[in-house]
Amino acid sequence: MTIEQTRPDTRRFTGKAMPRKEDARLLKAQGEFGDDTPVANLAYMAFVRSPYAHARIVDIDVSAAEKVDGYLGCLLPDEVAELTDPYAELQGPPGDAEVDRCLAAGGKVRFSGEPVVAVAATSREAARDAAAAVVVDYEPLPHVVDTRKAVEPDAPLVHDQVGCNVAFESTFDWGDIDFALENADHVIEVDELHFHRFSSTPLECTAITAEYDAGTDTFTFTGGFATPQLATLNLAGALRHPTNKLRVLSKDIGGSFGIKLNTHIPATAAALLARKLGRPIRWTETRTESHQMGGHGNERWFRNVKMALQSDGTVLGLSYEALDDVGAYTRYEPLGAVIWTQVANACYQLKHLRVHYRSVYTNKCPTHPNRGYSRTQHLWLVERMMDIAAHKLGFDPVEFRMKNYIQPDQYPYTTVNGCVYDSGNLPESLRKALELIDYEEARQLQRAAAGTGKRIGIGIGSTLDSGTNNFGQARLLNPHLPFGGNSEAALVRLGIDGAVYATTGAVAFGQGHETTISQVVADELGVSYDDVHVQRGSDSGLSAQMGLSGSYASQFAVTGIGAMLNATRKLAAEIKQVAAAVLGVKPEEIELADGKARVVGDAEKALPLSDVAGIVHFSPASLPREVAENVGLVGRAVYSAPFDLPDLERKYGNLTLTYATQIHACVVEIDEETGQTTLLRYAMVDDCGTPINPMVIEGQVHGATAHGISAALFEDMAYDENGQLRAGNFYDYHAATAFDLPSFRYANVVSPSPFTPIGAKGMGEGGGAPLQAISAAIQDAVGDSAAVLDSFNPPERVLRLLRGLNAEKVKVIR
Amino acid sequence: MTTNDTREITVTVDGRRETGVVSDRTLLVHWLRDALDKRGPKIGCDTGNCGACTVRWNGTLVKSCMVLAVQVDGDEIETAASLAEEDGTLSRLQQCFADHHALQCGYCTSGMLMTAADLLASGEEITEHSVRRALKGHVCRCTGYHNIVKAIRAAAGQEVPPPHGSEPREAEVR
Repeated sequence: MTIEQTRPDTRRFTGKAMPRKEDARLLKAQGEFGDDTPVANLAYMAFVRSPYAHARIVDIDVSAAEKVDGYLGCLLPDEVAELTDPYAELQGPPGDAEVDRCLAAGGKVRFSGEPVVAVAATSREAARDAAAAVVVDYEPLPHVVDTRKAVEPDAPLVHDQVGCNVAFESTFDWGDIDFALENADHVIEVDELHFHRFSSTPLECTAITAEYDAGTDTFTFTGGFATPQLATLNLAGALRHPTNKLRVLSKDIGGSFGIKLNTHIPATAAALLARKLGRPIRWTETRTESHQMGGHGNERWFRNVKMALQSDGTVLGLSYEALDDVGAYTRYEPLGAVIWTQVANACYQLKHLRVHYRSVYTNKCPTHPNRGYSRTQHLWLVERMMDIAAHKLGFDPVEFRMKNYIQPDQYPYTTVNGCVYDSGNLPESLRKALELIDYEEARQLQRAAAGTGKRIGIGIGSTLDSGTNNFGQARLLNPHLPFGGNSEAALVRLGIDGAVYATTGAVAFGQGHETTISQVVADELGVSYDDVHVQRGSDSGLSAQMGLSGSYASQFAVTGIGAMLNATRKLAAEIKQVAAAVLGVKPEEIELADGKARVVGDAEKALPLSDVAGIVHFSPASLPREVAENVGLVGRAVYSAPFDLPDLERKYGNLTLTYATQIHACVVEIDEETGQTTLLRYAMVDDCGTPINPMVIEGQVHGATAHGISAALFEDMAYDENGQLRAGNFYDYHAATAFDLPSFRYANVVSPSPFTPIGAKGMGEGGGAPLQAISAAIQDAVGDSAAVLDSFNPPERVLRLLRGLNAEKVKVIR
Repeated sequence: MTTNDTREITVTVDGRRETGVVSDRTLLVHWLRDALDKRGPKIGCDTGNCGACTVRWNGTLVKSCMVLAVQVDGDEIETAASLAEEDGTLSRLQQCFADHHALQCGYCTSGMLMTAADLLASGEEITEHSVRRALKGHVCRCTGYHNIVKAIRAAAGQEVPPPHGSEPREAEVR
């Protein structure tokens, strides 16, 4: 695959830490988030939610709500069943028998916090009062919260009509792991490891405004929709309303991290009420609601894990069984069952891999694609096993990783399942990370700590951030799904005054798209950074979107920027046509620089872009007819990533275009008396190819690092045995504050991607390296007398580790 | 039980006298946002943890989700909208936030700025540790705080490394 790439050093703005265009309005409290927009005649929606994990709805009595001052109306499950169709399910039988609607479906609630009734009122307070006055009579049913119990034959069924709790099941088998396990010098077995539930919990909870215009029979939705066209499809199906009469808008969004990919569900309820009551409806989720049903990351159990390796430290492969807890409904799921295969090899030269994977229903909050979606879990498992193997067999943890990493001269590297890792330099990244934590000195510190009541541990995390996914992988889940490849669109135009206007199909929630788009467009058109105006937010009504448009799966730097470059080139061609006609030369003799279209080699002969715009917009008669008829000064283009459909039989093919890498290293101190883990040093080395804005990239790496550290030490969306969420607010769910985190040590490596328009790779999700690095550091601190087999290690677990937790679950077979 | 009693309040918000009729239970943050379209105070939690709604009440920092609107009758409230210069120029602190990439989605930013401005005005010694301690009542889910700490230290006149990828010349100006 060869593609034309512009050399980054010839560009004026691309690759520089340009100040962000978004900042001024946000710093001056002039942003416009979902709950900010004033709307006339606005009514507010509140949900009545199930207090039970699993129950039959016996009766609903809204008579007391009707008496609340300001009450406008409500929406009941029966009404929803009558007015809507269930959301489409991705999986085939038997999981496709699941019925999912915006309110509890089929006369049952399936998780604590599930919406049962939606109530609307004239104020926020009245809506809450009215919701509180609704009386729902429940008959509690047996529930299941532990994934392992959910797959047992006698487990309570989350969806009766599915007939079991397994929504999807598949075996992925590449290479010959049986042969490897039989013949390898060493085999390590671990009974069970657990990757816990957590969520990126965007600080802005979901806020939606639904408006219904009876005159045009059109719904307009404003709020945090990360994939506007997919949301439109889902809303159209559910509301039985034509897509051309649905419009999905966003302005500023206060974080998403994948969590806001299922906003269409509460939006459906808001739409029904807006139409019924003839008023715009706003729903502003509370923090507790967000934790109850805003979406959690995938919890996963890894069982019967086996790793085969040689006495020289070469890892051959591994096998395991995965029980993935998707919660009560498969919303974006069970895509996670195939998404992890993007990084099947993790960072290593594995030859054999077998995974038996089950997506399992439980009576818990449905999972959403949380930052690092489904790859983080597999990457953590592989790195944990690497670390355990090094400890158990006495390999140096650094040398062992260095040896098994995919080496710089092996790129492009084809994995066991046909994915192509584009570029990277993992050994160099690890060397840099170790330098940043002063590795040798940290080892001395560790020795010196012996007997002081403190333990020092050093840990490494090796991750991939696979970006720009091939939606063809959805067919591995269900061959009937009509997806393949991936594309994004962009629209660039020259306004009446010569200013450049750019609109992307992507959706920004903090990544600085307005900034990076301005950088590449300004370079392409030879105008100044300030001359490019990027539309804030997104609008499904504009032709800047494709079906798969949006922000997810670390792809903007490739798909969003690729589309923008293609669109800008179309606009540039039109500008050149006009200038050539006016200046009496051929279009290929025109170059764009310094805000002008000028003749190559004759700088005197030039036309400012404002003149080009003026002629086209106001005096087309001055142009030759063939130019006037063809030129609109608009470039609209797509970027389509070069993918084929995967081989469904072998589950083989390239599933992702780029692989950014992040190598982390840390030094922790553990207090033997309290189990408290303190981060003494934390370093991360990122490689996402040719940078567009290094400042923005570093910021994304910081953010992903904070999420990972916080998840590893503080955040746990745990449920008690009654199926009640234990972490329904920021007291019980501690998102790390500045006081909990160290200053970061950051460096980067640049391995340009040979497959993308400017050598950049998608990044931002990060791959969860801190979960790995902290697990490894705690293991290093407690030594071989215990085994770190959980991704969550709060003080109480660390204390148990200090007393030998789980040592027996790890076996060296030979 | 709930009450629907209302009363009139007069409050000076960002230097302007504002009068409104509010119910006894209306939170200050909701009155500022819904009645006055003040977009500085944001709601990120229901429990006073996240700090996004931080404003100044008669000169003292307060989380406006923890205050009833009726409590501030006759008083003075300052939101982040008051931080920039009158002509719209960013304050030194705001400029440092921009220079050091101390914001991403911008949702926590107003609250962070309020606390940071208060810290800088307090006369407390500005160190990595004191800044982190001062920010402990705030949650940011985008930045990992590193750049926020840097920006506040820069605003205090301390030398901090420029953002990754900045040209040396730019760094000197900063």
